[in-house]
Amino acid sequence: MTGQYRARDFDWTLLVLALLIAVLGVMEIYSTTLNTSWQGAHTRQIVWVALGLLLFWLCSSIDYHWLVEQAPVFYVLSILGLVAVAAFGDVVNGSKRWLPLPGGVQLQVSEFLKVVLVLLVARFFGGLPRERPSLADLAKIGAIYGVPLLMVLAQPDLSTSLSYVPILAMGIFLSGLRWKFWAVAAVLVMLTAPLGWRTLQPYQRERLTTFLDPEADPRGTGYQSLQSKIAVGAGGIWGQGFARGTQTQLRFLPVPHTDFVFAAYAEESGFVGVLIALTLYFAILMKIVSNAQTAADAAGMHICMSVAALLLFHILVNIGMVVNKMPVTGLPLPLMSYGGSNTLSTFMLLGLVNNVRVRRYTN
Amino acid sequence: MSDYSEDRRRPRDVETAVFQYGAAMIFLWLLTGFWQLQVQDPEIYEQRAARNRIKSIPILAPRGTILDRDGRILVDNSPSFKAVLDPGELKLEHLPLISEGLNIPYDKLQTRLRTLRRSGAPGYQRVIIKEGLTPAEVTFLEAHRAELREFELIRSQRRLYLSDGLAAHVVGRVGEISEAELDKEEFALFEAGAEVGKSGIERQYNDALAGKDGSRLVIVDSRSRRVRDLDVVEAKPGRSIRLTIDLDVQAVAELALEGRSGAVVALNPRTGEVLALASSPAYDPNEFVGGIGVSQWRELLNNPDKPLLNRAIQAQLAPGSIFKPVVAYAGLATHVVSPGFQVHCSGGASFYGRFFRCHHWSGHGWVNLEKALVQSCDVYFYNVGKELGVDRIAEFARVAGLGSATGIDLPGEEDGVVPSSTWKARNYRERWFPGETISVAIGQGALTVTPLQAAYSIGGLAMGGVWNQPHLVAWEDLREIRPDFETPEPKRAEVNARHRRAISRGLWGAVNDGGTAARAALADFEICGKTGTAQRVSRAYALEKNNPRLLDDAWFVGYAPCRDPEIVVAALFENGEHGHFSAPIVRDVIKAYYDKQQRLEWSQRAHPPAEAEAPAKAAILRPGGAR
Repeated sequence: MTGQYRARDFDWTLLVLALLIAVLGVMEIYSTTLNTSWQGAHTRQIVWVALGLLLFWLCSSIDYHWLVEQAPVFYVLSILGLVAVAAFGDVVNGSKRWLPLPGGVQLQVSEFLKVVLVLLVARFFGGLPRERPSLADLAKIGAIYGVPLLMVLAQPDLSTSLSYVPILAMGIFLSGLRWKFWAVAAVLVMLTAPLGWRTLQPYQRERLTTFLDPEADPRGTGYQSLQSKIAVGAGGIWGQGFARGTQTQLRFLPVPHTDFVFAAYAEESGFVGVLIALTLYFAILMKIVSNAQTAADAAGMHICMSVAALLLFHILVNIGMVVNKMPVTGLPLPLMSYGGSNTLSTFMLLGLVNNVRVRRYTN
Repeated sequence: MSDYSEDRRRPRDVETAVFQYGAAMIFLWLLTGFWQLQVQDPEIYEQRAARNRIKSIPILAPRGTILDRDGRILVDNSPSFKAVLDPGELKLEHLPLISEGLNIPYDKLQTRLRTLRRSGAPGYQRVIIKEGLTPAEVTFLEAHRAELREFELIRSQRRLYLSDGLAAHVVGRVGEISEAELDKEEFALFEAGAEVGKSGIERQYNDALAGKDGSRLVIVDSRSRRVRDLDVVEAKPGRSIRLTIDLDVQAVAELALEGRSGAVVALNPRTGEVLALASSPAYDPNEFVGGIGVSQWRELLNNPDKPLLNRAIQAQLAPGSIFKPVVAYAGLATHVVSPGFQVHCSGGASFYGRFFRCHHWSGHGWVNLEKALVQSCDVYFYNVGKELGVDRIAEFARVAGLGSATGIDLPGEEDGVVPSSTWKARNYRERWFPGETISVAIGQGALTVTPLQAAYSIGGLAMGGVWNQPHLVAWEDLREIRPDFETPEPKRAEVNARHRRAISRGLWGAVNDGGTAARAALADFEICGKTGTAQRVSRAYALEKNNPRLLDDAWFVGYAPCRDPEIVVAALFENGEHGHFSAPIVRDVIKAYYDKQQRLEWSQRAHPPAEAEAPAKAAILRPGGAR
């Protein structure tokens, strides 16, 4: 297998869709940070997108078979990265997530772990000798997977660690397990849920309960849900106009350039704008799935589908939160929320998908 | 590999299709959410957005009061008004109006807002922009209520200190949290605009004194008028803190220092409780409440008498002869000298090729340890010091609590310096010259101590080698404030009873038997003590410059009763020329302490003890009202 490919084979549609969403994101970040201490965040976001394109190209260029083979090496490196975060990380809002690098850059190792886990899952399920994975196989991948997941959970960062689950779930799903397995899994989840409730941090519990009844507590996290709902509703069909949303501009909306960027977008561009953005996101997902269907081998297909599952999870949780259909979490919206690590890791994942696509005719 | 992949190809088409349908369902589900909010009933939310806004107005927790040991108030609160700003509502074009109406300089206002933005407080959190509003400023805000929607007027408590700066250095002061402090762990729970302790007890126990602010959540209409309250979280008032300071003793100490630069520290050496801690000149902490003016601040900073300095714990000066009891202790403990050992003083002696004078130029004749302490004979201690060597002096000085902070519960305590050969090697990369030891033996040279260390050190020695850590909040009170607090064990060293008697006979004689400290003598009480006259520069240089700030510092440390003391007092009188000028200060403080004991005794005899146990909140003593 050689690394030869032509520009014609590139998945230009995917790249253009991603850039269109990123443009919407940059515009909304500009609007929400106008006249605030975050002013100028949009230029930084543009730099992140530019760096993301570089990583997209890099992740497309190196043959994904080699990357999949090296997955254990990446795995060990990222575990070391998480250890470094635990040792040298800065505590922000009571949680250690950021690794300070020289030059004032802060790296969120847990974001880049997603790329490694995608490769790891592709290697594991793409190389299984039997028709269906045995329970021993599942226990093995579960153990390998569990270590970084628990480390991120201990930072504590519940939402990011939860975002790793769909990658593995998609792998198991595609490996063709019988419905019996899913039944057993459902029962297990139901049994362990009360236990998990107890291990949640108080603020996480509060978020879940206020999600169920946001109007009951308009000050705490319910405040965020309520303000998000009001902002979205204030947008109407056509929106209040760029940089003119009252809820956004008067800062009633909390963290409007990161977690709630879509609420700000919905207020300023209305239902029409939401329709456009959701269509773009849906198109990206479908493009990734079509790449999975034309992949040359099982590993390639697994890569594409894992990325699709991860992105769908992020979209579901973040946008669901904006319209009060999901609890308030700190999960960013890929390609739109302000933030370096998430933007870079998203472009890397899309780069892997493109990697699979350009090599679809090999063999 | 390719065959194997081909085999597994088919079923995946089903699964990817399942994913596609699932994703489509999820997107439709999300879209219905937007449909409901934005298309179906947008009016509800448009109206809510336009009219009903939720605002959180802080209810400020009153800071705890600070009391003296009898429960008399040292720091209190008085009601006042504060202007509270909602940064999210602020319109920049209002700034000039606000600046004028509230009498805040325009540039200062801008700096404030920059601090707020930097601290990253959420937009819906409000901050205090000015407190202690004058009636005119209150009227201004009332009149502009519809226009200046970003402001809310709230009632609050303003810090009130004793007048004339009484106990100012102990209680400290409050002020608005600074940008640098916002990053400190100590103030992690505070946000920009908060009033926090800046020095003294206010800072040391800020967490306990501050309490926890509550908030009132209100719905306001488009003209910023309150429609109704949603929720109220009551403020948790700060805790009151009782100090070990005795206001009567403190007042006498400050009166005695009036018009001088210096400090007085009175401790109970049996417990380590601080009875009085005074530093002069003082300042008025009330000036700092609600922000001090730039010119006033500059004046305090540039004042050559340094009123902001807490000399009791921060002045590091040569102790002079008050160090001699420590050297005597070292000499006796190492058996370099015995209580009967004698030296002939002829007004000076030569060591290492240099002539060192005694302060008494005509000489003391034959002196033993007791007489050397009574007359403060330098030649005797030159000889002891020479035999001991600097490192053994340093060892015992450290045992006696010098050379490191005592650990008193006040911020900013200094360490002082106990020189030794390793100290010199580390700081100057030079060998120790034996000639320097001779100066150190009489408390000169590189040796420096704080007044608190002086009282702590001599008090512990007089207790027979038990040094109780000085503190301003009684241990039992501290355990209530900090549940995980553990009472520190006193430092102990063995002091031979015979040695202790010899030293204490010398210190008794200095006061009561024609010694250097005769001015400290008190008719009915037995006081022991030691004077110290410490040179700042060489005598010749001081005479040549004729600068009053280069004159010798006067020290005195006294305790009573001589056997098993219950009060030890150190007094520093900067540029006081001779130690015996400090002795009356200590005498007055000890007298005030015993006078009070006696008053209590009498009143207990006159009334049944149960009624007289706690003196009621007596009128606060205000010495020198016209100062």
